[in-house]
Amino acid sequence: MKPWILVGIVVASTIAADLLQSLEMKRHGEIRDFRPRGIARVLATLAQKKFLIIAVACMAVSFFAFMTLVEVADLSFAVPASAASIAFETVLARLVLKEQVDSRRWLGAGLVAIGVLLLKP
Amino acid sequence: MNPDARLRWKTRVFAVLVILTNAVGNFSLAWGMRHRAAALTFSPLDYISAIFSPYVLLGISLLTFWVLARMALLSWADLSYVLPVTSLGYVASTLIGRFFLGEQVTPLRWAGTLLIVAGTALVGLGSPKIMAETSEHAFAPSERKR
Repeated sequence: MKPWILVGIVVASTIAADLLQSLEMKRHGEIRDFRPRGIARVLATLAQKKFLIIAVACMAVSFFAFMTLVEVADLSFAVPASAASIAFETVLARLVLKEQVDSRRWLGAGLVAIGVLLLKP
Repeated sequence: MNPDARLRWKTRVFAVLVILTNAVGNFSLAWGMRHRAAALTFSPLDYISAIFSPYVLLGISLLTFWVLARMALLSWADLSYVLPVTSLGYVASTLIGRFFLGEQVTPLRWAGTLLIVAGTALVGLGSPKIMAETSEHAFAPSERKR
């Protein structure tokens, strides 16, 4: 499979996992109880959230795609290219999660995007 | 050792751990995947057998440790410190690719990698510091007390 297609799968599944986790965790609210029983209660609640279950599946897809990527492409391409998720997540954080994104973050996301385009597999 | 100096040392040790476990974990994963008897197919069984090959397993263990060490670091240090520092892992992976895997790293790829590091640092610096604002004691410039 072409390296850029694998990068696309890694990045898309990472973004999907991060967005779904963020949406579900914001819906759940801040975790305050870090005692073992409190953590167990939070985990039991979160294990029933379908967005989080899909997020875990997306993380698995991302990892297996990354395994395939490092088999077929250079490590010096695969690892930096996976940073493309930072650029896309900045855009989606603004559009989907309605977060405030300042000009410095936009500039950073732009530099990451240009950097990824300069990497050739 | 006073608590501030202790925290500074702990932060530096964890930052180095995060960078090294990421770079060495990725290297081990790449080495293991490239030195298997047969190339991967789309069969799930193939992926399961790949996971249990020694170098891939070592890579997965190191990357699991990386996730945990990064989470621990994030629990007391600001994201604006963690993101730029850990983005050095991109440079480390490129160096490992060049010197240990014999990859050709063109000047354009180096330029791309350095732009990514700079961009990641800027994204981190532009992130809101929710925890820092709510903590009782600020820990200058980018580390804070637990």
